Amino acid sequence: MKQLSTKVTSNAHGQDSSYFLGWEEYEKNPYDEIKNPNGIIQMGLAENQLCFDLIETWLAKNPDAAGLKKDGQSIFKELALFQDYHGLPEFKKALAEFMEEIRGNRVTFDPRKIVLAAGSTSANETLMFCLAEPGEAFLLPTPYYPGFDRDLKWRTGAEIVPIHCSSSNGFQITESALQQAYQQAQKLDLNVKGILVTNPSNPLGTMLTRRELNLLVDFITSKNIHLISDEIYSGTVFGFEQFVSVMDVLKDKKLENTEVSKRVHVVYSLSKDLGLPGFRVGAIYSNDEMVVSAATKMSSFGLVSSQTQYLLSALLSDKKFTGTYLNENKKRLKIRQRQLVSGLEAAGVTCLKSNAGLFCWVDMRHLLDTNTFEAELELWKKIVYEVKLNISPGSSCHCTEPGWFRVCFANMSEETLDLAMKRLKEYVESTDSNRLISKSSHERIKSLRKRTVSNWVFRVSWTDRVPDER
Amino acid sequence: MLSSKVINESHGQDSSYFLGWQEYEKNPFHETLNPSGIVQMGLAENQLSFDLIESWLDDHPEVLGLKKNEESVFKHLALFQDYHGLPAFKDAMAKFMEKIRGSKVKFNANKMVLTAGSTSANETLMFCLANPGDAFLIPAPYYPGFDRDLKWRTGVEIVPIHCVSSNGYKITKEALEDAYERAHKLNLNVKGVLITNPSNPLGTSTTRGELDLLLTFTSAKKIHMVSDEIYSGTVFDSPEFTSVLEVAKDKNMDLDEKIHVVYSLSKDLGLPGFRVGLIYSNNEKVVSAATKMSSFGLISSQTQHLLANLLSDERFTTKYLEVNRKRLRERRDRLVSGLKKAGIGCLKSNGGLFCWVDLRHLLKSNTFEAEHSLWTKIVCEVGLNISPGSSCHSDEPGWFRVCFANMSDQTLGVAMDRVHGFVEAMVMNTNHGKQKRTMWDSRRRSLINKWVSKLSSVQCESER
Repeated sequence: MKQLSTKVTSNAHGQDSSYFLGWEEYEKNPYDEIKNPNGIIQMGLAENQLCFDLIETWLAKNPDAAGLKKDGQSIFKELALFQDYHGLPEFKKALAEFMEEIRGNRVTFDPRKIVLAAGSTSANETLMFCLAEPGEAFLLPTPYYPGFDRDLKWRTGAEIVPIHCSSSNGFQITESALQQAYQQAQKLDLNVKGILVTNPSNPLGTMLTRRELNLLVDFITSKNIHLISDEIYSGTVFGFEQFVSVMDVLKDKKLENTEVSKRVHVVYSLSKDLGLPGFRVGAIYSNDEMVVSAATKMSSFGLVSSQTQYLLSALLSDKKFTGTYLNENKKRLKIRQRQLVSGLEAAGVTCLKSNAGLFCWVDMRHLLDTNTFEAELELWKKIVYEVKLNISPGSSCHCTEPGWFRVCFANMSEETLDLAMKRLKEYVESTDSNRLISKSSHERIKSLRKRTVSNWVFRVSWTDRVPDER
Repeated sequence: MLSSKVINESHGQDSSYFLGWQEYEKNPFHETLNPSGIVQMGLAENQLSFDLIESWLDDHPEVLGLKKNEESVFKHLALFQDYHGLPAFKDAMAKFMEKIRGSKVKFNANKMVLTAGSTSANETLMFCLANPGDAFLIPAPYYPGFDRDLKWRTGVEIVPIHCVSSNGYKITKEALEDAYERAHKLNLNVKGVLITNPSNPLGTSTTRGELDLLLTFTSAKKIHMVSDEIYSGTVFDSPEFTSVLEVAKDKNMDLDEKIHVVYSLSKDLGLPGFRVGLIYSNNEKVVSAATKMSSFGLISSQTQHLLANLLSDERFTTKYLEVNRKRLRERRDRLVSGLKKAGIGCLKSNGGLFCWVDLRHLLKSNTFEAEHSLWTKIVCEVGLNISPGSSCHSDEPGWFRVCFANMSDQTLGVAMDRVHGFVEAMVMNTNHGKQKRTMWDSRRRSLINKWVSKLSSVQCESER
């Protein structure tokens, strides 16, 4: 008899993927400006480290929030005892309003439809438990966040069927891709329960267009399935265009309070917008009472610490703070993204035009030896071990085309980003010259062969370049 | 449209355990604002020692203020999401758990997996140790929440090990074998035994003899032993608390890969809101998988930081455990004597935040229907939310779990007054009936014996 469950003995946790392995390499040899300047620079971690100063200033000005005091009185006891899975009312209210503010106050969020969870990791898994039976499937546009393989599938038994998106149209979701994915699921005998999108997208850093959102809503309407919109990066939109939430589209299509709206669920978290992954704050928003009710009970398995709920309810209730924060966050993300994009350009590397997120989707197809995932892995290894940059290969994100990489820019200082770009430029240049050298060697051999054939007749032209040693 | 987990109500929350809670929420007792409201005696919280923690917090303001040596640790904590947990916190937890066990057991932080409460820990262990349709044997009566925590999303089954009042609810070999057989008859693959030690709802700690028996049993059947020791710091009377790991050590099983312990700070420290639990296991595969699974319920780094500091203070933890135990014992004694005055007995307890109270003599009949109707009376008429034994899967009607550590002394006094009042009324109603019969008999006798007998009468004809 097997001692442990199959969840333990199979490798269904998905953590053998390169996404996590690169992380491990980094842990062994982490870059530090002073202590380890030759170490690996972490560019595989989608963290937002750009605006802590704003939060720290607020904390210093408002010591009661962390000090567990209200109007100078200790509320330690109340918080210590507060384990109500409905959540701290002030916190849910503040969170709802924050989500509204991010969406330009164009849509409203009812705090009673919010279910708190210990991070969006917990929120997404809980939604799967509520919406799908083991063996049922959700369609996800590729490329997608590697963690979904664990979060959505591992303990729930749900399946993921990819909606293939390609660089030919900027990785946008098309009607035919949706239909193909749906049919593929049916071929695999999988009952499709819904679609899950991340908007803005991880790893693309782009927002879903209105066209795509309309397409998705129409599709789920016709197929009578759910739509989960993971909007954890909604506060990182730094481009000129506004963030368009699936809630905006429901409103514009006058679908609010309809049966379809009950099948649209939003996931949120403070890990990306506020840079607080350690505090474990996530939420499910649903118009379906039964989902809210069940998810609330399930949240017992991952409640948000009352200590943290209190701190954040105070922080997010301060509208002056939230307004300033969201603006400043946008500004700084934009500058930092520019820095990455131009650094890449200097190395002859382009990326998908992005306007959100904490990373860019970088095109290194021209650096591949062959248009294969083996070549992508080879390139990735070189970049991790030789260039010493931990970036995430597209294959770990289930991208269908080799050569794309996700490169994070908001989890390090300007100087570190600069250094990373220098290293990349050097690598690319040396690769180029290696290519030219091998190209010219090849030509020399051809010429020599010709000379021996035609003796005194031809002169060989070759360049004087001597390859640099790395 | 929705999963069967949502549609079937296998979350177990329609049990009376939760319904009484709801009644309380509608009409909660408050000393001044609602003195006739329902007194909550169904919530196993420890509210007796907050002052100790609050005074520690006052003495160490930098901890809540997220500072260390005058430097802000906010950024570090905000980013810290490593599911291996804050090392300082795990070390502090290990020390605290060792202290509770009188240093008879050593805990290695590397074998620890942090989770958002023992609710999360227990579910995670089930995901690791059992497949859907497998079963765990659990001594009844047991914590009502297990029906949700262990079964709901995991698909695991619970088969109760019947324990009875006639021997103080001790776990016997026969009861274990019987449960195992029953599981097999139901075509269920038994993966292990799960006990709560000290027991909820009994308030008694598992004896060495029982632990030895359990380990012999699980070892022979090659199944797991999970010991939920979340009340270990509340043992206030003899016998001393004995952890399953202590007995395992004595049996040379201390590295056994099928023994797992669950802990939490919700009961001993009274911090259920902070969501702090853990799994402790010698089994590397379990630790590895459970660690990854803990992603679904990590402890807030802000909270890990607070508690790492609190629990590393040995002077504080020693004092806290001692004072906490003393206060719990005093409170338990008050409840027991209050009940005794009303002619009510309870199971002799040595730990926990509640007593297992014997109200069998107040039942109209020896049935669970009678228990339910008595319970309804107690909640609605007497105004005390207590937990009926049936909600804890008790085999015998008439037992109730009554909490004593989640209210002030005064409130406990009010509750006891109400109990006395209720029992007196019941007795008088019964006596009144008895009295009536006696009087008629006597009259008949005196009619028969005319001038001979003198009536002795009790003055309880007054209407309540």
